[in-house]
Amino acid sequence: MAKYLLLKHYRGAPAAVNDVPMERWTPDEITAHMQYMRDFADRLEKTGEFVDGQALAPEGTFVRYDGEGRPPVTDGPFAETKDLIAGWMVIDVDTYDRALELAGELSAAPGAGGKPIHEWLEIRPFLGAKPTATE
Amino acid sequence: MDEAQLRSLTPSVLGILVRRGADFAAAEDAVQDALVEAVRVWPDERPRDPKGWLVTVAWRKFLDATRSDTARRRREDLVDEEPAPGPASAVDDTLQLYFLCAHPKLTPSSAVALTLRAVGGLTTRQIAQAYLVPEATMAQRISRAKRTVSETRFDEPGDVATVLRVLYLVFNEGYSGDVDLAAEAIRLTRQLAAAIDHLEVAGLLALMLIHHARRAARTAPDGSLVALAEQDRGRWDTTSIAEGIGILHAALARDRLGEFQAQAAIAALHADAQTAEETDWVQIVEWYDELVRLTDSPVVRLNRAVAVGEADGPRAGLAALAALDDSLPRHAAVAAYLHERDGDLKEAARLYVEAARKAPNLPERDHLTRQAARLNATT
Repeated sequence: MAKYLLLKHYRGAPAAVNDVPMERWTPDEITAHMQYMRDFADRLEKTGEFVDGQALAPEGTFVRYDGEGRPPVTDGPFAETKDLIAGWMVIDVDTYDRALELAGELSAAPGAGGKPIHEWLEIRPFLGAKPTATE
Repeated sequence: MDEAQLRSLTPSVLGILVRRGADFAAAEDAVQDALVEAVRVWPDERPRDPKGWLVTVAWRKFLDATRSDTARRRREDLVDEEPAPGPASAVDDTLQLYFLCAHPKLTPSSAVALTLRAVGGLTTRQIAQAYLVPEATMAQRISRAKRTVSETRFDEPGDVATVLRVLYLVFNEGYSGDVDLAAEAIRLTRQLAAAIDHLEVAGLLALMLIHHARRAARTAPDGSLVALAEQDRGRWDTTSIAEGIGILHAALARDRLGEFQAQAAIAALHADAQTAEETDWVQIVEWYDELVRLTDSPVVRLNRAVAVGEADGPRAGLAALAALDDSLPRHAAVAAYLHERDGDLKEAARLYVEAARKAPNLPERDHLTRQAARLNATT
C-alpha cells in the first residue's frame, strides 16, 4: 500500500472543462455535487482506502524567517500564477494506477447542468514508504 | 460497570485528594489508577460506597507513588500518619476543580482540555477524538496544563466568569465521534449550578439547554445547515426548552442581569415562537440593547443589526450595520441577508459569495454558497 495526496486547487490548476463557479449552479446541482463527494469518501472508507481529508479556507499567507522579530509576510510567492489549495484527501491504495483511477472519479463530480466538472486534481505520492522484501 | 457513574465520581474523588494536599498531577494519576482498579474489581465485588472506595484506593495509590520517592520519604510518612478523613461533600471539592481548571494562567484550549479531563472525567483518547488531534498531542497538552496549575494554591477564590467562559467553549465545540461535548458541557454546568448559587451559572445553563433543544432541527439529513426561520419547530426538544426557560425566569426574577441571562432571554424568545413569523423581534432588540450595554461587543452589535432588520425593516438593519467594522466575522453574511430582504438581489448574491469565502467552517460555507446560487437562479 502506498499513500497519495489528492489536491484540489482553487487556482493554479488548468481550467476545468465544465468551469462554472459554484454560486452560478442551482441549489440542486450543489446538493448533487456534495452528495457525490460524500459518497466517494464513504465508499473509500469501506474499501479501507480512505486516510483523511480536509477542506481549506481560500486565504493563505507565506511567511519566512527574516531576522529577529520580523517575519516577512506576503500573500504568495508568485504574483501572477498564485496557486491555492482548496482541500485535500489522503488515500492509501495498492497501486499508483488505483490512485489515478480514484482521482479521475473524483474529478467527475457533477457540476453546473449536472455534468461532470472535469476539474484537474493533483496527485502527490507520500515519501517514506518502506521498501518491503517482496517488492 | 457503569461508565457514566464512574465519570461522575471522578471529579469529587480528585477534588478530595487535592484538598488533602496531593499535587494535582500526582492526584490525577492516582485517580486514574483507582478507576482502572475499579473496572477490574467492581464487576465481581461492587462496594457499598463507591466513592469512599475510590477515595481510599486513589489515596493509597497516591501514597504508594509518592513514598517510592525516597528523598521525600519523611514528609510522606507524616502525611500517611494523618487520620484519613471520610468522604467530604462532593459538591464542595468539585467546585475547586472547576476553578483550578479555568485558571487564568491556562490558555483557553488548555483550560477546556483540563476541564474535560479533571471535571468531566473523559479519557485523553476521548478528548483527542473530540478535537480531531492525535492522542499523544492531547496527552502533552493536558500534562502541560497540569504542570501549569500544579503550584496553584487552593485557598484563592476562583473567578466564576472564567469558569463559565470555559464551559461555554466546551459547549460550542459541539460533538464528534462518541463524545458529545455539548451534552457534556450541560452536564458540567448542571453540576456547577447545583454547587453554587450564581445567577450567571443559571443563565448559562438556560442558554445551553435552549440552544441544545434545537439541535436536531439545525441540520438536514445530508448535513447541511438549516436556518432558524426554516427549522421544523416540531423537532425542537420542548422539555429541554421548558426547563431552560424555567431556570431563566427564576434567575431573571432576582433582578441581577448578566450577559448569559440576556443571551438566554433572546434564545427563549426564539424558542417561544410557534412559527418564525410569530417571533417577538421587538423584545429581542430590547434584549440586544441590554447585551450591548453589558458587553459592548461588536459581535453582539452585529447580531443586534439582524434583529433590528426584522423588527423595523431591512433598511433600519442596514443602517445599524453601517456603523460597524466590515471586517467583523459574518458581517458580509448579515449584509447579504438584509440586502436580500430589501429586494436588492444582485448585491445580496455578491455578498453571499463574499461571505462564503470568509466562512469559518464547511457547513456554513456551503450554506452561503447555496444562498448565492438560489438568488442567481432567480435573477
